[in-house]
Amino acid sequence: MLTEDKKRTAYTAVVTRVLEGDGRASRAGRRAAFDNARLAEPLRTLIDKVAKHPTRVTNEDVAAVKASGESEDQIFELVICAAIGQATRQYETALDALALAMTGKKRSEHASEDPQ
Amino acid sequence: MRLKILNSGYGFGTKVLFAFIHAVSRQPVPDAAKLVFYRPDFYGAPMKEFTHEAMRGPSAWSVGDRELMAAFVSKMNECEFCIGAHTATAVRAYHDKAKVSAVLSDLETASIEEPLRATLRMLRKLTREHAVNADDMRAVLAASVSREQIEDALAVCLAFNTTDRLADAFGFFVPGPKAFEAGAKFLLRRGYR
Repeated sequence: MLTEDKKRTAYTAVVTRVLEGDGRASRAGRRAAFDNARLAEPLRTLIDKVAKHPTRVTNEDVAAVKASGESEDQIFELVICAAIGQATRQYETALDALALAMTGKKRSEHASEDPQ
Repeated sequence: MRLKILNSGYGFGTKVLFAFIHAVSRQPVPDAAKLVFYRPDFYGAPMKEFTHEAMRGPSAWSVGDRELMAAFVSKMNECEFCIGAHTATAVRAYHDKAKVSAVLSDLETASIEEPLRATLRMLRKLTREHAVNADDMRAVLAASVSREQIEDALAVCLAFNTTDRLADAFGFFVPGPKAFEAGAKFLLRRGYR
């Protein structure tokens, strides 16, 4: 269990850093890219492709976001948040499925079953 | 790469390091390395720690198994750079090119252990369909894969579902086999840190 904790701790550090640490993009913007939600065009198209169809990202998608006023450093951060966000959702879904298979309960249900 | 900063936005020290890598490997610095060396405090440094833990930390899966999972997940994501990099690394780790080729061309007929096959099936569904359910997990557990092994495989999948997306979004250059061979040597000697 100790090694698994180390892995989870290292991953949590990645997510915490990109979402809550200092950056050129706003924290709200980074969170929106992570969630692939609450975004306006043309950023919405780029971020949705990163999350769902990364091989379809084009030079034009990136150029359009730059033309809308985002700097390269902001795009760097937002694309990273989008990739981590989608990978994290898939990971969490899989851990829930594993918990359900092992115990008959989702992970989120464990917290509420603790005796008073 | 699509962002100029990822081609030329490096400080003096990093440029010296890139020149050194180029001299030693006799290959251009791979775009995967450029990504983690750009403003490393934002993403590269913490991500390297996590990836190293997932790929080289203690696990019942061998290094070859985990590199094969990385190549396989990348294949499901159609990420050319990561398929090349991790196929070369898995082949080198296993000393078995036929095994890696067989898994990547047809998981169902490849001659591998059933626990590994069942785990790769689950990773295939998770990566392609973005979700798996309890029945998918029960099938893996029924193939004598432990809970810890499933968690370890999911960590590999998490690392490459992130990296594959970045490789394609930023437009990593896909080099030839010699460069992937040099990269594989490096990853087996030094890991991801």
